[in-house]
Amino acid sequence: MFESETAPTYHLETVEDNQFVLNLGPQHPGTHGVLRVVLHMDGEYILTADPVLGYGHRMQEKIAETMTYTQVLPYMARMDYLGALSYNQAWVCLIEKMCGLEVPRRAEYIRVLCVELNRIASHFLWFGAFLLDLGAFTPFLHAFADREKILDLLESVTGSRLTHCYFRFGGVGADVDDDFFAGAQAFVDHMRQHLPTYHSLVTGNVIFQERTKDVGVILPFETWGYGLSGPVLRGSGKQYDVRRSEPYSIYPELDFKIPVEQSGDCLARYLVRLREIEESLNIIEQAVAGMPDGPVRSKVPKIIKPPEGEAAMAVETPRGELMIYLVSDGTKVPYRVKYRVPSFANLSIFSHLARGQLLADVLAILGSLDMVIPEVDR
Amino acid sequence: MNWSYAQNIITGLVSLVKGMQVTMTTMLTPSPTVEWPSETAPLPPRFRGHIMLVADESTGFARCIACGACSRACPSNCIQVIGEKPEGVKKKSPTLFQLDFTKCSLCGLCVESCPVAALAYSRDYALAGPDRQVYSSMDLLTGFASPLTEQCHEL
Amino acid sequence: MMITEISILRTLLTIAGITLVVGINAVFVVWLERKVAGHMQFRLGPTEVGPFGLLQTVADGLKLLSKQIIFPSSADTPIFILAPIICLIPVFVALVPVPFSKTLQAHELDIGLLLVIALGLLNTLGILLAGWGCDNKYALLGASRAVAQILAYKIPLLLCILPVILLAGTFSLREIVVAQQESMWFAFYQPVAFFMYLIAITMETNRSPFDFAEAESELVAGFHTEYSGMMFSLFFLAEYTYMFLASAIASILFLGGWLGPILPGPIWMLLKIYFFLFLMMWFRWTFPRVRVDQMLTFGWKILLPISLLNFLITAGVMAVL
Ligand code: SF4
Ligand code: SF4
Repeated sequence: MFESETAPTYHLETVEDNQFVLNLGPQHPGTHGVLRVVLHMDGEYILTADPVLGYGHRMQEKIAETMTYTQVLPYMARMDYLGALSYNQAWVCLIEKMCGLEVPRRAEYIRVLCVELNRIASHFLWFGAFLLDLGAFTPFLHAFADREKILDLLESVTGSRLTHCYFRFGGVGADVDDDFFAGAQAFVDHMRQHLPTYHSLVTGNVIFQERTKDVGVILPFETWGYGLSGPVLRGSGKQYDVRRSEPYSIYPELDFKIPVEQSGDCLARYLVRLREIEESLNIIEQAVAGMPDGPVRSKVPKIIKPPEGEAAMAVETPRGELMIYLVSDGTKVPYRVKYRVPSFANLSIFSHLARGQLLADVLAILGSLDMVIPEVDR
Repeated sequence: MNWSYAQNIITGLVSLVKGMQVTMTTMLTPSPTVEWPSETAPLPPRFRGHIMLVADESTGFARCIACGACSRACPSNCIQVIGEKPEGVKKKSPTLFQLDFTKCSLCGLCVESCPVAALAYSRDYALAGPDRQVYSSMDLLTGFASPLTEQCHEL
Repeated sequence: MMITEISILRTLLTIAGITLVVGINAVFVVWLERKVAGHMQFRLGPTEVGPFGLLQTVADGLKLLSKQIIFPSSADTPIFILAPIICLIPVFVALVPVPFSKTLQAHELDIGLLLVIALGLLNTLGILLAGWGCDNKYALLGASRAVAQILAYKIPLLLCILPVILLAGTFSLREIVVAQQESMWFAFYQPVAFFMYLIAITMETNRSPFDFAEAESELVAGFHTEYSGMMFSLFFLAEYTYMFLASAIASILFLGGWLGPILPGPIWMLLKIYFFLFLMMWFRWTFPRVRVDQMLTFGWKILLPISLLNFLITAGVMAVL
C-alpha cells in the first residue's frame, strides 16, 4: 500500500507484499553525496540494496580526451577531492613515465610529503563522517580540528585547501620553505600526542565497538573478486598496498608498515585507517628529515607529447588503488584515458554486505567503505 | 549472575567515562575559533583568489601583452583577451580582458603560462555579488594586483 | 472541588506559570545545548545574538514562527496537525504536580508521580501519530522504533522508581522530598536505581545515544522529517520540556528536590534539574548511537534484571527492618 503510492518506479516490478522500498538518497545525510541506494526492506532488515550511480557523472574520461595533458591536471582534483594530491601524483607520474621525464629528488620528497599529509586529512574526514553515520557528532569536529592544521599546511604550499593542483610534470609547482617543514614536523608531534584521545573517545567506546564489531564482514576470499583495494582490502587480512607492491616515487626508500587487520568487519577497516594515519606520520617525519636540497622542477618541454603507445600508472590513494590507463596517439591530446577508481570497486561489494542487515548497520557499512561519490561517478 | 556479565558492564562503563573525560577536557580548553568577520585568519602568501592582472610599474597599466597564452592554457576556457597595438608602441596591450570566474577552477595554469608574469592571484576570499554577471564576466582591466600578490605568481 | 474565584485564579496562574517555565526553559536549554556542544567540539556555539548568544533561541524561534508550514499532499492532515500537540500538552500537564519548593507547586496531588508517569507515555503516542500521519517512510520507521523501544525502558524505569516509593511511602512528589529531609537523599540509599533511572530517562526522552527515533544519519530526521516551521518547533519544545520534566522528577526522587543549604529551595531545584540536563547533553555529545536491537537487548537483559533485583533487595530489606 505504501509502495504503490510513493515507491520509485525503479525496480518497482520486483516489489512483493510486505516489502518496504526505501529510497536512500540521492539526498540523504548517510550517503555522503549523491549516491542513491534502493533498499528493499522487511521491517528494518534489508533484503536487497541496489546502489544507483551516476548523479555526479561528469564524463571525466571524455573530458580528458579533449584537453592537453597539462589541462587535464586540474581535473584530477575533482574526482577524489579528498585525495586530490594522490590523483595529481598519478597523472604526473604517468606522463613522466610515458615521456621519460626526470624528476628531481627534492620534488619527489615534497610530493610524498604532501600526499601523505593529504592522506591523513582524508582519513580524518572519513573518521568524522563514519562516526557521524554512527550518530556521534563530536568526533567529527575533533577530527576536523586536526584536519584544519593539515589544510593550513597544504594551503601554504599549494594555494588551495581542497582541490589542490600542485604537482607538475617533472616536479612540483613551486618550492617549499622551511616553515612548511617545521609545520609538518610540529603537526607530527601534535598528532602523536593527540591520537590517543581519538582512541579513548571512540575506539574504546563500548557503543562504538558494539556497532562495528562483526558488522559488514568481508571474507578474505571475496576481496579479489570484487576488486577491493585500500583499507577495505587490508581490513580483510590482505597485505596489499601499491606503495609496496608496485613501488613508485621514493616509497621504496622509506620505512613504513602496511597495517593489516584480520577480521574484515567495520572495526577492522576503522583500525586499519587509524594505523595508517600513524604510518603516514612516520613517512612525513622521514621525508622531512631526509629532504634533499636542489631544484624542484626539471626542464620539460612546453608542450607535452607522449610517444604513441599506452601506459598505466597505479598509486595508492587514501581509498585504495587508483590506476590511470592512457593511450596516446602522439598528439598533444590524450587518445583515451581510463580511470580505475578505488571507490567504485569498493562500492561493488556493498550490495552483498548489506543483504540481511539492519538499516543502521547498512549505513555503518556504507560509511566504513569510505566512498567519495564524485569519484564513483566520475 | 556470572562474572563476565558483570565484567562486560564494568568495562563498558569505564570506556564510556573515558570518552566523557575527553569531551569534558575539550570543553574546558579554549576554542581555536577565529570569529570572522570581527577577526580574520591570516591568508598564506600563496593563497589563490581569482586571477588579476599585474600593473607595469613604469606605465601603471597592465603588464599584459595580449598574447593569449593564458587563454589557451586555461582548461575551462574562462579567459577572453583582445588586444591591439597602440600607435607608436612596440608591444600590444589588452583592450579587453575578461574572466569568467564562475567556470574558473583556480588551477593556476594561466598564471604559469604567462610569458611576462602579468597574472597574479588576488587575495579576495569573501566573494559575494548581487548577480551572476559580476563573476561570469569580470573585467580584469579595472583593477590591478597589488605588489603583495605578485610574489606568489610563480606558483 | 468547588469552582470558586480563587480556584479559577489559581488555574490561570498555573497555566501562565507553566507556560513561562516551559518557554524560558526551552530558550535556555537550547542555548545551553548549543554552547555545550560547541565547546565540546572546539567551537564556540552561538555568540552573536544577545550576551553570550543567549537570545539566539529567541531569534531562531521567530524565524521558525515566520516560516511556512508545509503539509505533504499525501499526509493525513488531522493527524499531522494533532501529533505535535499531543506531544506537547501532556508534558505541560505533567508539570502541574512538580514541586519547586515546599510551597511553590501548582497543585499538590497525592498520586503526582503516577500522573507524571502516565502522561509521560503519551509522548510516544504523539511520535507515533507524527510518523504515521505524514506518510513518509523515514518518519514511519522512526515512529515504529519509538514504539518498539517503549517497554524496554518503561519497565526498568518504573522498577527504579518503586524502591524510592517504598522508602518514602508515598506517591506524592512533595512528600517524597519531605521524606528525604529527615534522612539522606535517596540517591545514597539507591545508587543503582539512581544510575539506572538516569539511563532510562535518556531513553525515555529520545536522547542520544538512544535517539534512533530521529537518528539523523539513518532516518534523515526520523518522525519529524516532514514537519517544518512552527510545528517542527513544537516537537522541539516538547522534547526539551520533557527533558526538563524528567530531570525534575529525577532530582525529586533521588537528589532531594529543593533541599539544600543556604540557597533558597527553587534555586536548588533548578540547579539539580540543569545538572541532569547537562549530563544528558554530555552523553549526547560524546557517544555514538546504539542500534535499535542493541538498545532493546540492553533494556531487557541489563536494565530490567538489575533494576528488578535492586527492587527485590530493597523490598526484602524493608520487610526485614
Ligand atoms: S586559474 Fe585555471 S581555470 Fe582559472 S582562469 Fe586560470 S587557467 Fe583558467
Ligand atoms: S598570457 Fe600574460 S601576457 Fe599573455 S594574454 Fe595572458 S596575461 Fe596577457
